[in-house]
Amino acid sequence: MNVFESFTMAIRSLLTNKLRSALTMLGIIIGVASVIALMSVGRGAQASIISTYDRLGTNMLVIVPSSGEGGMTGYSTTTTTLTLEDAKAIEKAYGVTAIAPSNENFVHVSTNNDDKFTVMEGVTPTYLQVMNHTVASGQFITQHDVSSRSLNVVLGSDTAASLFGTRNPIGQSVKIKGYRFTVTGTLDAVGGSMMGMSMDNVIYVPITTFQTRLFPQRTSSGEDAVQQIAVRVTNTDIMPDTTLDIQNILRRQHRLTADAKNDFSVISQQQLVGIINQVTGVFSIFLGAISGISLVVGGIGIMNIMLVSVTERTREIGIRKAVGAKKRDILVQFLLESGVLSLIGGTIGIIIGWLFSFAISQIDIGGMKINALVTPDVVGLAIGVSLTIGLASGIYPAMRAARLNPIDALHYQ
Amino acid sequence: MVELKNITKTYRMGKLEVPALKGVDLTIINGEMVAIIGASGSGKSTLMNIIGCLDKPTSGTYLLEGQDISRLDDNRLAELRNKKIGFVFQQYNLLPRINAIANVELPLIYSGILQKRKRAIEALERVGLGTRINHKPTEMSGGEQQRVAIARALINNPSLILADEPTGNLDTAASIEIMAIFKKLNDDGMTVVLITHESDIAQMAKRIIRVSDGHLIKDYAVEHPHLHLEPGVTL
Repeated sequence: MNVFESFTMAIRSLLTNKLRSALTMLGIIIGVASVIALMSVGRGAQASIISTYDRLGTNMLVIVPSSGEGGMTGYSTTTTTLTLEDAKAIEKAYGVTAIAPSNENFVHVSTNNDDKFTVMEGVTPTYLQVMNHTVASGQFITQHDVSSRSLNVVLGSDTAASLFGTRNPIGQSVKIKGYRFTVTGTLDAVGGSMMGMSMDNVIYVPITTFQTRLFPQRTSSGEDAVQQIAVRVTNTDIMPDTTLDIQNILRRQHRLTADAKNDFSVISQQQLVGIINQVTGVFSIFLGAISGISLVVGGIGIMNIMLVSVTERTREIGIRKAVGAKKRDILVQFLLESGVLSLIGGTIGIIIGWLFSFAISQIDIGGMKINALVTPDVVGLAIGVSLTIGLASGIYPAMRAARLNPIDALHYQ
Repeated sequence: MVELKNITKTYRMGKLEVPALKGVDLTIINGEMVAIIGASGSGKSTLMNIIGCLDKPTSGTYLLEGQDISRLDDNRLAELRNKKIGFVFQQYNLLPRINAIANVELPLIYSGILQKRKRAIEALERVGLGTRINHKPTEMSGGEQQRVAIARALINNPSLILADEPTGNLDTAASIEIMAIFKKLNDDGMTVVLITHESDIAQMAKRIIRVSDGHLIKDYAVEHPHLHLEPGVTL
C-alpha cells in the first residue's frame, strides 16, 4: 500500500464525516492557536527588550544598589546606596569613557488639554551620549539645568507626539506633580519597548530636580540617592578590569570593611541580556504550557473520536482484513487519519494564532503596546506538538483496529 | 489444491471448550465446484473460515496448493487471502461509501498493484456489470451488489472462490443470475466452494459435502448438476 494512496484514503474517510472531523479538529485548532498567540507575546517581549540592549551596545556596565546579597537578587528600587558622588568617583575608573547616573519613575504628565502616563528619567547631560540618544529639536538637559535643579524637561518622541501632536513643543509647558515644567528639547525615536512601555514614551528631567522636588529618596547617610549608574567602557575586552576597579572605588567610597559584602552590583550588558532572556524565556514557556493544556484536551478529543470511529467501522476493518489487509495496513490507515486530522487542525490553528498575535500587536492602551512576534521555532513547536498529539492519541484506537479478529469483525452488526 | 488432514478446531469460552470441528479430512481438486451443506452450528462456517485462511485449525494440517498453512502467522495468512482466495459473503460486505470500482479495487491496494482501475473494470465486465460501475453499493440492488462482490473476489485471479450463502439475501431471479455467474466461472476453470443450507442451490455443484456436528458425514458427486428454483427455469 503506497503512501499517497494511504493519504487519499485517510482524507476521503475524514470527508465522509465532515462535521465530526471539523469538531474534532476544533480542539487542536484552539490549542495550537492559543499556543501561537500566547508564545508570540512572550517572544515579542523578549525581542523588543533584546533590540533595546542591542542598540546600547555591549561595552556598557550598569551599577545598581544591592542589599548585599550579590548579583541581581538583592536589586530593588527601595535599596538606596548610590549617590552622585559615587558616579563622579567612578568616572576616574580604568577604561571608563562616560558615566550616566539616572533615576526612574512613572508619572502623569499633563498639558492644558491632555494627560499622559509616561516614564520619567532623572538624568545628567552625559545620559544622551551614554544611552546613544540624539536630539531632534532644542537641546538636552544641560549642566546648568542639573546644578540649578531647573524645571526644564526634554521629551521622548512618543511623548512629544502624543502631548503636542504636530505642534512644536519647544517652549510649551507641561504639568507634573503640581510643578510647571518648560519643554526645552525633544529626542529622536529609538524604537523598541520594555515590558510594553515604548522606549520613546519618556520624559527627561534634571536628576537633581528628580531627587529633590519630585521623588526624594535618601541613602542611609542622608544623601540624595541614585538608582543606577550606566558606564561606557572603551572596549569590551577590558570590562573585567574596569568592573574590578569600579568595585574597589565604590567600596572605598562606601567605607566598606574588608569582610563586608558589596552594597551594589556591577552588571555587564551581556549579563543583563542573559538574565532578561532567561526571564522572558520562562515567561514564554509558562504561557505555552498553559495553552498546551488545551492541546492535550484536543488530543483526548481525537482519541475519543477515533475510538468511536474504530467501533463504527468494525465491519469495514473485517472486510479489509478478509481481502488481504495486514495488521500494519489497518494501523497505518487509522494513524494517518488521526495524524492528518491534527496536522490540518494544527495548520489552521497556526494561521488563526498568527492572526491573533497580529491583532494583539495592534492594541495600544495609552502608550502601552504589546509586541507579539511569531517566530519559526514557535511555529515548528506547534506543528510538532499537534502532530505528536495526533499520533499519540491515534495509536491506541489504531492498535485496537489492527488487532480485531477478521471473523468477529465481519459479523459485527 | 485444498487438502485438509484430520483438522480439528476447538473454541475456548472461558473454561469451557467447545469443539467445532472434530477431525475433518477433505480434498478439493482444481476446477471443482463443491457445495458444503449443513445446519447452523454444524461446523460448516468454521470449516469455511479455515479453508479461507481467516482462522487457524487447532490441530491437523491444511495444504493450500501444496503449502502447509496451518501454522502461518497473521501477516502470511493475510497475504494468502489477498492472492489465493476470493470471498463472497451473504451480506455482500461491500464498503458503503465508495463506488463499485473502488470496492473491486480494494484487494489490489493490499497487493501493491498499480493499474487498478483497468483490472477492476475488466472484473466488473466479467460479472456482467459493465455499466453502473460508478454507483455506490447503496444505490444498487442486492443482485448487483453481489456481482460487485464477485468481481472483487475475482480481481486478484485467486485459486479459489469461497462463497458463503451467496444467495441467502437474494430473491429467486437474482439467485439464478448469481449462480449462473458461479457456473460460468467454474466452466472457465475456477475452483468454487459454496457454503449453503439450501439444498436446491447445492444441486448446482458437482459435488456435495454434508457437515454435521463437526464431522463430514456425506461426500458425494452430483450426476447432473443443475439449478431448479422455479418451474420452467433450469440452469
